[in-house]
Amino acid sequence: MTVKEIISKYGNKRENLLQILHDIQNQNSQNYIDEEDINLLSEEMNIPISDIKGTASFYTMYSFVPRGKYIIRVCDSPPCHILGAQTIFDALEKKLGIKEGEITKDGLFTLEGTSCLGVCGVAPAMMINDEVYGNLDEEKIEKILEQIREKESK
Amino acid sequence: MSKRSIAQVLVGIDGNTVLFGARKIKTKLITEMHKHGLSEQVQVIETGSIGPANQGVIIGVYPAGEMYGNITEEEVVEFVQERFVKGRPYKKLLLSEKLPAGIDLTAYDSRKTQYLGRIVLDNCGKINPEDIEEYIGMRGYEALGIILKEKTSEEVIKIVRDSGLKGRGGAGFPTGLKWSFTAKVKDTPKYVICNADEGEPGTFKDRLIMEGDPHKVLEGMAICGYAIGANTGYIYIRGEYQLSIQRLEKAIKDAEKLGLLGENIFGTDFDFQVKIKIGAGSYVCGEETALLTSMEGFRGEPRFKPPFPAESGFLAKPTNINNVETFANIAPIILNGAEWFKKLGTESSSGTKVYTVLGHIKRSGLIEVPMGVTLREIIYDYAGGMSSGNFKMTQIGGTAGNLLSSEFLDVPLDFQSLKEVGYSLGSGAVLIMNETVSVVDFIKCCMKFFVHESCGKCTPCREGTRYAYEILDKISLGKGKADDIESLKLLGESMKDSSFCPFGQSAPNSLLNSLSLFPEEYNNLLIK
Repeated sequence: MTVKEIISKYGNKRENLLQILHDIQNQNSQNYIDEEDINLLSEEMNIPISDIKGTASFYTMYSFVPRGKYIIRVCDSPPCHILGAQTIFDALEKKLGIKEGEITKDGLFTLEGTSCLGVCGVAPAMMINDEVYGNLDEEKIEKILEQIREKESK
Repeated sequence: MSKRSIAQVLVGIDGNTVLFGARKIKTKLITEMHKHGLSEQVQVIETGSIGPANQGVIIGVYPAGEMYGNITEEEVVEFVQERFVKGRPYKKLLLSEKLPAGIDLTAYDSRKTQYLGRIVLDNCGKINPEDIEEYIGMRGYEALGIILKEKTSEEVIKIVRDSGLKGRGGAGFPTGLKWSFTAKVKDTPKYVICNADEGEPGTFKDRLIMEGDPHKVLEGMAICGYAIGANTGYIYIRGEYQLSIQRLEKAIKDAEKLGLLGENIFGTDFDFQVKIKIGAGSYVCGEETALLTSMEGFRGEPRFKPPFPAESGFLAKPTNINNVETFANIAPIILNGAEWFKKLGTESSSGTKVYTVLGHIKRSGLIEVPMGVTLREIIYDYAGGMSSGNFKMTQIGGTAGNLLSSEFLDVPLDFQSLKEVGYSLGSGAVLIMNETVSVVDFIKCCMKFFVHESCGKCTPCREGTRYAYEILDKISLGKGKADDIESLKLLGESMKDSSFCPFGQSAPNSLLNSLSLFPEEYNNLLIK
């Protein structure tokens, strides 16, 4: 869908801005909101570019820089923390060879920390795109990454 | 042989169990039943959360009242063979022999069998949340029908008020009173907003309520709409809650099809439509005025009160905002009456409370217990005791909540009793920790959360959280001095007194508690 179409899907009103931004980001192959789309949005909705950026940057789910096809978001809130979230995060950094906020060379993964995902019953937990993974340990992470890589190499 | 149904197998499909392949297990159960020619005798039914959150895929077998956990796809073959062909309990995965009366799955294996029953989670784990007929079969939408035909809006508010229901989002404001504020305002249109931006770490009760019984939330909202004179409701839900969003969307569509939402509900002139707004990852948006700003498409920063949302809320119109759990209490109160509700819980806090219990305990998950149950009962009766080590502390109400040491184990958990010891009930998270957890490290992690989530609007919160984190970091690395402790106290007190919204005011709660309950943990790390 074009930016115009997305706007008309929800209605050209300020209160629909967050939904519109969600859709724009979701259909971008690199999981971010690019400059061109922001310009178009600004023109169509008559909201200054600075305002759109100021609003979107307030929320953690939006990004202005390209991200991997798979966004790994590791929960770093207290319930996961006491059950070893830091170990999970360190292991992911090592296995992927990237630091928080970075993207792997093959463009497949971005690693992010996130606040509570609401799946504390299976802490430590992480989300990869819309999928949640819980009761994590190093072995499990290895398997999850392997599965995704395998799927992508086909 | 007769083909009538002799048993039902309920598969709990929620955000937790999906991770362990609950959907595949449901399919596998169906094919296995078919293989043995049992398809008609044993129904395999999808339901919401059955309760436990760390026991893999959970299934319940009725009417026997057995609950099984950690079931895998491979194991289904043997399970069906043993349980339904041979007809004996599959001991290997049995979580409980018998469930307490009233088919209360959450309180299973609990010594508290006199437990009175559930209100909010009554249908969770019993009905298929994606089938509106099943909700209707449990007296769903009856309360809405009754009030539309027999009660005035004032009468509805009076029932809610008399029930003593207090908001379940954390602050505990009387719900009926809140409704009466919005009802009084003449301006139109009015809005009903369901706050489903559940972001308090350790809390996932609202998610499981929406996943397990979405219609109950919708019905509560519609009743509120009638009571305050609103025709539109919004559910502001966090973007991470995919399954909740899907089930709510389906529930809204199904209810509209049957004329239970939409125009001319039950053939009356009352219209009520519900829309979903998806959040974008911001903890502070759970605060009601920040939620409104976010819904309007701006940075989710809190606004000054007054004017209160009751007068000037969404798009500057009269708005009533309640938490998911609060709305889920409404239809049962209308059906059973205010007196019935008041019989549950304590004098100051009627009804039940839904908690998510987690940490170093044997069984983490969702429980609904009467107000006034103590922490000791939650840990040792409902959660099966500590999973390892000895009890050290509990954080209740999430990261913005309070820290409790063992001396608080017998304080009844309700609004009033906690207030008396200077605490608040908060969101419903109960995080239990053993002695392996370092107080300083834990508090540092909590503060890191606030640094990240502070919206930046006011200085005490924006700067206070950051300074507090830096000092905690210093102490945890063994570089702290005695006056750092004084700085932390001063900082915490100032944030409490001068932050703009409840976020900044509650951010130092656990920090201050820890300084008075566990001073030696800090002192041990200081430079001598």
